[in-house]
Amino acid sequence: MTAAGRTLLDKIWDRHAIVQRDDGQTLLYVDRHFIHDGSRRAFEVLGERGVKVRRPDRTFGTPDHYVPTVGRDLATIDDPDARLMVEAITRNAVAHGVTLFGLDDPRQGIAHVVGPEQGISQPGMTIVCGDSHTSTHGALGALAFGIGASEVSHVLATQTLWQRKPKAKRITVDGPLGAGVTAKDVILAIIAKIGADGAVGHAIEYAGSTIRGLSIEGRLTVCNMSIEAGARAGMVAPDDTTIAYLEGRPYAPKGEQWEKAVSFWSSLPSDNDARFDSEVALAAASIAPMVTWGTSPQDAAAITGCVPDPTEIADSARRSAVSKALDYMGLTPGTELSGIPVNRVFIGSCTNSRIEDLRVAARVATGRKVAASVRAMVVPGSGLVKRQAEAEGLDRIFKAAGFDWREAGCSMCVGMNGDLVAAGERCASTSNRNFVGRQGKGARTHLVSPAMAAAAAVTGAFTDVRALLQG
Amino acid sequence: MEPYARLDAVAAPMPVANVDTDQIIPARFLRRPRNSGYGQYLFHDLRFDDVGKERPDFVLNQTPYRGARVLIADKNFGCGSSREHAVYALWDYGFRAVIAPSYGDIFYSNSLKNGFLPIVLPADAAAYLCGQVQQRPGVHIVVDLERQQVTGPDGRVYRFEIDAFRKHCLLKGIDELDFTLGHRADIEAFERSHGNSTPWL
Repeated sequence: MTAAGRTLLDKIWDRHAIVQRDDGQTLLYVDRHFIHDGSRRAFEVLGERGVKVRRPDRTFGTPDHYVPTVGRDLATIDDPDARLMVEAITRNAVAHGVTLFGLDDPRQGIAHVVGPEQGISQPGMTIVCGDSHTSTHGALGALAFGIGASEVSHVLATQTLWQRKPKAKRITVDGPLGAGVTAKDVILAIIAKIGADGAVGHAIEYAGSTIRGLSIEGRLTVCNMSIEAGARAGMVAPDDTTIAYLEGRPYAPKGEQWEKAVSFWSSLPSDNDARFDSEVALAAASIAPMVTWGTSPQDAAAITGCVPDPTEIADSARRSAVSKALDYMGLTPGTELSGIPVNRVFIGSCTNSRIEDLRVAARVATGRKVAASVRAMVVPGSGLVKRQAEAEGLDRIFKAAGFDWREAGCSMCVGMNGDLVAAGERCASTSNRNFVGRQGKGARTHLVSPAMAAAAAVTGAFTDVRALLQG
Repeated sequence: MEPYARLDAVAAPMPVANVDTDQIIPARFLRRPRNSGYGQYLFHDLRFDDVGKERPDFVLNQTPYRGARVLIADKNFGCGSSREHAVYALWDYGFRAVIAPSYGDIFYSNSLKNGFLPIVLPADAAAYLCGQVQQRPGVHIVVDLERQQVTGPDGRVYRFEIDAFRKHCLLKGIDELDFTLGHRADIEAFERSHGNSTPWL
């Protein structure tokens, strides 16, 4: 009798299980913990309990949610409560000896951009952060998931978490992607197919030739939105692309340790005979540039499609949900998605603010102008992404086209820093959530790729970017 | 954390799928101190109009449901952002339990950490209960965590599952952190062997 093969999830989980309880709960060790300016409450709890951070060497902080993007001066934050959030992370990091990439540090940025960029996030690790988009780091072959404030204090105090092992779902995407079709379109197509609750209780492993063919930046985009399908974690097995990405990064292992690490990472991919609790398959050829029309990331369609007609939906609960969503979004059933005018364009967020995202958006913006009716902004994911983009001249392309070129932060994805979309305005956004009020009260968010966002900016309406990329 | 007591309370219906935590509490309130009373922000933009006036069509603004302590929702309740404030808002408003066919995973664990009970019932059972409290506004539902039972207005009993450890912590009001700190020796031993096998970490 041979033992069944093990999944990437099994391998990481087993290596981090400290204590297993009969009732299915495991005390799981945490290799890396990212904190941000929303982590203030967790430190208050530590203070109330008189507990110190157990492993400051495994904890990394960067302010991202509340930081201004017009400059780096905290004094520009009007709201004193918001300013306190940013000040608190600095104070807490110093008090507890935690490494901090502060506002005055070019390495500052969105935690889910900074971790991979610095090589802090590595294959085989368990990684947590008090933010649901921590699933992003799974792109490097790690088990990474978001946690709440209570769990953040628990990790700070013990470097562990009680967890029930999630089920394993494999999503396989095969074949070459069409021109103008990107990682963002892949994950939007996946969520549209399986639904916003399609992976609740699961960790997703993304597999197949399309996923293999993505850069790490692309894989980060895919894993980032796992939570929008209900999965706390999404992951891609480490391969040569992963190793090449990590080599030489500041926190990646060096010398002899590097060799050992690479050999260990090579043992992590799921075994050929590993069993998954569920499987989903998609053909890359069926994926077009996507745009959402509703108020859940599952409400996504190809740009060649139309706003759905609720009267054609048989399920009454779904019909009423779509009807309400269209009312909020100010859309008429049957309208072609291509041609719907936009007021705002946001290129940024932990989903799409990396150098590759800015390159593809700049390619579309080159030699074109942001439409007079549109206000558009580009917010790099980190200070280093911003520097890189400037070294490549991308900032000049954006500025010449009429985009605002900003400092790094979460910005308009969640609007906590005051970068908001006004009520009734329609925004083409490269972020991850089109929830009601997400980008501001009454804001109408459409999720798209950076290429599609740039296309909307220069044409003033949703446009199939493939038409702009020709010639 | 206070020990979880048997509930015999008004239940409010919210038969909508995918109620995300941005709906439960909009992002602009998250910077407020924990003791500022998060109940006032619960479902804020659904409850209040632009000038802060109650929207009469919202369920919690209807007299019979105002004192509700149990919420009956649809699938994937609490999806989206990890903000624990969603639980603070429900708790501070007075809710002690929610019944739904499924939850956002992070919301589910956040709830248990704050003495708030997310009950999973099959979709048809949750929908049936929801229909009953819609037909008879203000009617009571009984939640008995000890026996893992919900009793509907018609006396029908539904059993629900919960991890034994989570149940124990809720019933006794035990803080998980204290419990884990008791495992310090296990954690230290683990760290030694983990460090040996992956020294680059």
